[in-house]
Amino acid sequence: MVILTREQYDSIVTHAKKHTPLEACGLIGGKLDGDVKTVGKVYLLTNTDASAEHFSMDPNEQFAAVKDMRARGIGLLGNFHSHPATPSRPSEEDKRLAYDTRASYLILSLAGEEPVLNSFRIDRDKNVTKEELRILD
Amino acid sequence: MKVQVNGEELVIEKPVNIKEFLVLAKAEQPEYVTVQKNDAFVERSKFEETFVEEGDTIEFLYFMGGGSR
Repeated sequence: MVILTREQYDSIVTHAKKHTPLEACGLIGGKLDGDVKTVGKVYLLTNTDASAEHFSMDPNEQFAAVKDMRARGIGLLGNFHSHPATPSRPSEEDKRLAYDTRASYLILSLAGEEPVLNSFRIDRDKNVTKEELRILD
Repeated sequence: MKVQVNGEELVIEKPVNIKEFLVLAKAEQPEYVTVQKNDAFVERSKFEETFVEEGDTIEFLYFMGGGSR
């Protein structure tokens, strides 16, 4: 399960809307307790592809974020990206490029009237499992 | 030899190149990681000729990308 605060959720949605129709992306850092991932900080990163259909996170920003997490005593829990015009589920490319089996892959869809955020795990065989996502008000 | 990898200490017996080091550091899929040695990026083409030595700081993380189609 992934736990986000409403403020963290809003920051992801705002970041994604700001960059739409391009895909937006970022990292989530926090604490892992068993299977429960409590997000401590959301890192808004640059999509170096600057594309409506693809994203690649800026490696410089990734390293900076991970080092910041370490300084805060939290760890990398996963990442997020937006689908400006498609549903909140991993595309074939998302699955193909998912290399970290421990990570949570959050996908925010802006295709409908309201944003839809889901979290997934993707194993080495590219099997996708949706995991519970809780937003705390 | 003590080195730092992703913020944690790792002891290795002798200098090894980055490709070998990623195996020692238990990178799950080392062919898909991006590496920094002492805060400088190491090009993938240089993995076999770049060595990790006493006191080095190595950071690696997975490429993160995808697409909506």
